[in-house]
Amino acid sequence: MSQSVNSADIHKAIVQEQAVQDRKKLILNGVLLLILLAAPLMIYPVFLMKILCFALFAVAFNLLFGFTGLLSFGHAAFLATGGYTTGYLLSNYSGLTTEMGIIAGTLAATLLGTGFALLSIRRQGIYFAMVTLALAQLVFFFFVQSGFTGGEDGMHGIPRGELLGFINLENNMNMYYFVLTVFIVCYLLVQRVVSSPFGQVLKAIKQNEPRAVSLGYNVDRYKVLAFVISAALAGLAGSMKSVVFQLASLNDAHWHMSGEVILMTLVGGMGTLLGPVVGATFVVNIEYQLSQGALRDWVDPILGGIFVLTVLAFRSGIVGEVQKFVKKNMG
Amino acid sequence: MSMIFGVPLAVLSGQLLIGIINGAFYALLSLGLAVIFGLLKIINFAHGAMYMLGAMTTVLMFDYLGVNYWVALLLAPLLVGAFGVVIEYFLLRRIAGQDHIYSLLLTFGVALIISGVLVNWFGVSGLRYTMPDVFKGGVNLGFMFMPYYRAWVIVAALVVCFGTWFMIEKTKLGAYLRAGTEDSQLMQGFGINVPLLISLTYGFGVALAAFAGVLAAPIYSVTPVMGSATLITVFAVVVIGGMGSIGGAIITGILMGVIEGLTKTFYPPASSAVIFLVMVLVLMFRPSGLFGKEA
Repeated sequence: MSQSVNSADIHKAIVQEQAVQDRKKLILNGVLLLILLAAPLMIYPVFLMKILCFALFAVAFNLLFGFTGLLSFGHAAFLATGGYTTGYLLSNYSGLTTEMGIIAGTLAATLLGTGFALLSIRRQGIYFAMVTLALAQLVFFFFVQSGFTGGEDGMHGIPRGELLGFINLENNMNMYYFVLTVFIVCYLLVQRVVSSPFGQVLKAIKQNEPRAVSLGYNVDRYKVLAFVISAALAGLAGSMKSVVFQLASLNDAHWHMSGEVILMTLVGGMGTLLGPVVGATFVVNIEYQLSQGALRDWVDPILGGIFVLTVLAFRSGIVGEVQKFVKKNMG
Repeated sequence: MSMIFGVPLAVLSGQLLIGIINGAFYALLSLGLAVIFGLLKIINFAHGAMYMLGAMTTVLMFDYLGVNYWVALLLAPLLVGAFGVVIEYFLLRRIAGQDHIYSLLLTFGVALIISGVLVNWFGVSGLRYTMPDVFKGGVNLGFMFMPYYRAWVIVAALVVCFGTWFMIEKTKLGAYLRAGTEDSQLMQGFGINVPLLISLTYGFGVALAAFAGVLAAPIYSVTPVMGSATLITVFAVVVIGGMGSIGGAIITGILMGVIEGLTKTFYPPASSAVIFLVMVLVLMFRPSGLFGKEA
């Protein structure tokens, strides 16, 4: 009798604890949202949009890398496909509203992602990384040679146009709040995906794939779906980026970009929701600061150094380390 | 002049020759990757940078110290190999127990640092390396002109590839290496210094890349970024061949070079992409690779 009372008490305590945790999270997210809403009043909106686009790119990448354990070395292909498709459509069909262009870019990246996924899941581990890298290089060659991308010069003067036909996106503030909205929706979507039963299976695949197989899960289908969602969101990031900067270039398709998104995710904290956002903010800022100063020619080696340092000493990334610290000292 | 499929024989055989030479480079590089993969279970993303370092050292040693080609052929791989041992000892070893993804990312970071620093020092335009006098000129084979140096590259690459194969498959050291691939803990138990073996293997693998770099110096443009694009192609070659066998890596490398050369003759726009397209086909119809045992 007393035992059941005890377990009821414990259950109650757990529920209360959970509620406290949830409230803390809600407050944290609320504060973050307020900061994001107020940010363009203090910081140049285009710079903030750059961070948001890369943050979305990294969040998309992290769904695959951090939660499913698949290291894609070819995510630049989706960023670029989204950007080029949106840029081409908006530049050549003036009747198209901006969101239609962005949706089309996202769909193109989704399609490409499906192709990548079906091919690359046939190999595992490091082969997976090599296959995605090689496929992305194929896409890069395609963009270099096909005329519509403008080759080495890139695609310039993409019109921002009007959202839904009446919100003028030439205005940086309008553009910012549009990008912010898309970003938040995608972030919440990924949060939902990760905490869903589907997301639990993804985590299981990451931790022990043979076990997931033996439990009867069709692992390949889960991997493909995770890959496709990730590619779609990466494409969306690229589409928005091309609208924000009115520019799409080969830089986005280069393997360097695939490396950069890995770095953002790793530095911020892979496998955490907020990590890629923090990482993208960090890397974009570092690159900007370096490009302004005496070290502007040393961006690459410094990024390489951060890579090495993170892998050697902070594998859980900024958010991961903060979480550990909080757990140790305040838990 | 005789024609084959509407292409002059001399052009075709010329492109085939270039293809075989490129293939020899792919073979040397994928061989090094396979050797490292065998024992360390990592893909060395710094392999392209090591190849580049081999070529750069050759040029710089000649420009500043007057070191000739033959000495460089020995010295550059030794230096780069030693550098590899240092990297293995101070960096890779620290994360040996972790997920292999981390060591892959580590070597990627190392590659960024190496090429980034050299770009700052030397820019991205090519450095010039004069061909040694012995190799000037060539011989007319009747259907085509064969430059001496190209012939030498093919011979040297084949000898080194065969030597590596022989060492790994037929010698005692090779037996240790293969045993380490199977079960390095058990090997350690038998009293073999596995950490040393790992260091030396990594050093040897990157030395092979550097050797390819020295061979490349007189015929390719030597720049700090010459390694990265080559490396991605070599990855595709590795995926096509699978890293299960040393012989497979060599054959696939040369085969892919030849296919690339043929494409350049018959349909030039696709020549840079053809190896990747072959990779896609292989993934579709024989996912474990031409010579691969693992999935």
